[in-house]
Amino acid sequence: MAAVDMEVRDGVDRETIETVQAMSGSYKYGWATDIEMDYAPKGLSEDIVRLISEKNAEPEWMLEWRLAAYRRWVKMEEPRWAMLHYPEIDYQDQYYYAKPKSMAVKPKSLDEVDPKLLATYEKLGIPLKEQYILAGVEAPEGERKVAVDAVFDSVSVGTTFKAELAKAGVIFCSISEAVREYPDLVKQYLGTVVPQSDNFFATLNSAVFSDGSFVYIPKGTRCPMELSTYFRINAENTGQFERTLIIADEGSYVSYLEGCTAPKRDTHQLHAAVVELVILKDAEVKYSTVQNWYPGDENGKGGIYNFVTKRADCRGDNAKVMWTQVETGSAITWKYPSCILRGDNSQGEFYSIAIANNAQQADTGTKMIHLGKNTKSRIVSKGISAGRAQNTYRGLVSMHPKATNSRNYTQCDSLLIGDKCGAHTVPYIEVKNNSSRVEHEATTSKVDEDQLFYCRSRGMDEEAAVALVVNGFCKDVLQALPMEFAMEAQSLVAISLEGSVG
Amino acid sequence: MLEIKNLHVKLADEDKVILRGLDLSIGAGEVHAIMGPNGSGKSTLSYVLSGREGYEVTDGSAKLLGEELLEMEPEARAAAGLFLAFQYPVEIPGVGNMTFLRTALNAQRKARGEEEVSAGDFLKLVREKAKTLKIDAEMLKRPVNVGFSGGEKKRNEILQMAMLEPKMCILDETDSGLDVDAMKLVSDGVNALRDAGRSFLVITHYQRLLDHIKPDVVHIMAAGRIVKTGGPELALEVENNGYADLLAEVQA
Repeated sequence: MAAVDMEVRDGVDRETIETVQAMSGSYKYGWATDIEMDYAPKGLSEDIVRLISEKNAEPEWMLEWRLAAYRRWVKMEEPRWAMLHYPEIDYQDQYYYAKPKSMAVKPKSLDEVDPKLLATYEKLGIPLKEQYILAGVEAPEGERKVAVDAVFDSVSVGTTFKAELAKAGVIFCSISEAVREYPDLVKQYLGTVVPQSDNFFATLNSAVFSDGSFVYIPKGTRCPMELSTYFRINAENTGQFERTLIIADEGSYVSYLEGCTAPKRDTHQLHAAVVELVILKDAEVKYSTVQNWYPGDENGKGGIYNFVTKRADCRGDNAKVMWTQVETGSAITWKYPSCILRGDNSQGEFYSIAIANNAQQADTGTKMIHLGKNTKSRIVSKGISAGRAQNTYRGLVSMHPKATNSRNYTQCDSLLIGDKCGAHTVPYIEVKNNSSRVEHEATTSKVDEDQLFYCRSRGMDEEAAVALVVNGFCKDVLQALPMEFAMEAQSLVAISLEGSVG
Repeated sequence: MLEIKNLHVKLADEDKVILRGLDLSIGAGEVHAIMGPNGSGKSTLSYVLSGREGYEVTDGSAKLLGEELLEMEPEARAAAGLFLAFQYPVEIPGVGNMTFLRTALNAQRKARGEEEVSAGDFLKLVREKAKTLKIDAEMLKRPVNVGFSGGEKKRNEILQMAMLEPKMCILDETDSGLDVDAMKLVSDGVNALRDAGRSFLVITHYQRLLDHIKPDVVHIMAAGRIVKTGGPELALEVENNGYADLLAEVQA
């Protein structure tokens, strides 16, 4: 096994280097697909919320839920505490709903999907086996299966492998479908992890979310394949407000992968997503994200504003959650995937690589809220800053009075490339009982000239050398990713650091 | 193989001249040793040849198989067949030794327009070479030079040399920090690579390394130049009498 393992990693590195060499310093995913879109009018109002609900053929209760959120949102103020600088966002100058015209009537199978859409996914070069699957082709024998729910702008394009999942009792569909088909489950859990009132962006999302994914894993079921969603913002000036709800019933297990890309646009695009994970007794969820939304150009023109609320609630005893994120894109990232460790002996883990190059700004981290006894959390954060970028780790570890004998370990490493970028670490620690232990380690270092010269003297060019050294720096986190994602993440690390040296 | 003519080098940031008109010619298959007191410019020579930043070449040339090295990027020099075994090999945390080797090998092959080595072939090759240097599987998996002992680091340099199959190898004080057994291992590794098409430049303070790696030619370097050239007996002379007599003789 060990040998196979290693060979794959070797292959990964080769792929990384090749990718760097193949790229010419521009954003790989920066083309737009020419598909006729069906837009809602610009701006946000109760009417728009009603329209979104109507387009999704939602029941009355869903509409009321949205409207309640909208009415709350109107009175809220955008948070300004993050170490992020950006001009005022005009929320009335955005489209809140866009849908490819050919989707007006939802396709029943992938064969009916607009070939241009599928070509888009192919062009994305999704390095998982997804293009296969999206094209409806069975993966070659022996390869791991990944089920995909692809979200193109606001609408879920098609969910693959539904039948096989259904056999196991797993529900994996778009959230709009879940609202219609599984209203009881949605009603029971939606907004229970991230309440409507949680924060400005989550409330906005609650009002206007247009689609996203829904997963239910029944009791004692190990999901037979990895589930994956590919998000992509295509239409110009469209916000993408997807909403994901995953429920892992008692004793179940699921690994979920999320990838994001967006085409190159001069204007900033708004993205405010909400992800809720409900994890019951003895259940385990792994949630991995590779985010490479368009980061804007070298001068900070264009790029995605990414304001995301992700939270897992370990509701039962012995529940486990693991967040892994590779954040390489977006002009602005505001994102703190969190774990509420409510059940006794529950565990939360957060592994993060955040890369900010050129004019990118990232303010990201996690919250570990220990409520139950003997709860454990682990945070491993690797921040890489290059160009003029600013990268902030912001994390909260909170041990409540009843969370006796709980533990947290935090490791927070920053790597600087060049001398115009910045790395910041902002840990918040609250401990309200005497038997818990919190450890925090932080380091900041620069990419070492000696390391680069050593690599180059062995034949690697400068970018390959940087990619190798940075991938080494990120290794603890890369290892936490599922294999297919680890490959993509390694190449992304290299791509997103292009032009950062020399 | 290597032709260095009238090489003048100063530090890039200071007005400190280190090499003052160095000439050196190494033929194919030859092993040359350079000895000299501290500060004579031996390590600078190895860095300048391999393209490290921080030095400014003010005059002269250095050609490898007729190609001017001094105008190339470090990685191009490597692809052209130059290899420097570092005096202080650098640690790269998180990067497996094997990954590093394979990335380097394939980068060079690619630069030369050759096919990359497949995972299977690479594995076979590296295991075979590692065995002769007594490098075990565990050491191949560990991150590059991280937590390696002095001896392990130097053996690892020789492993890289064996894998990359350079034409011109420079060993910069490879014997420093080695005990007797490690020195024998490293020397055996180097001797196994001796070949009619491969040349060596061995930089050392001590004669004892040259007992293991027998040189064809020995040079004495002082104040940035080669001041005396001879056979293996020159190294013995240094060992017995030190540099003082030799240098006095040259200056006289």
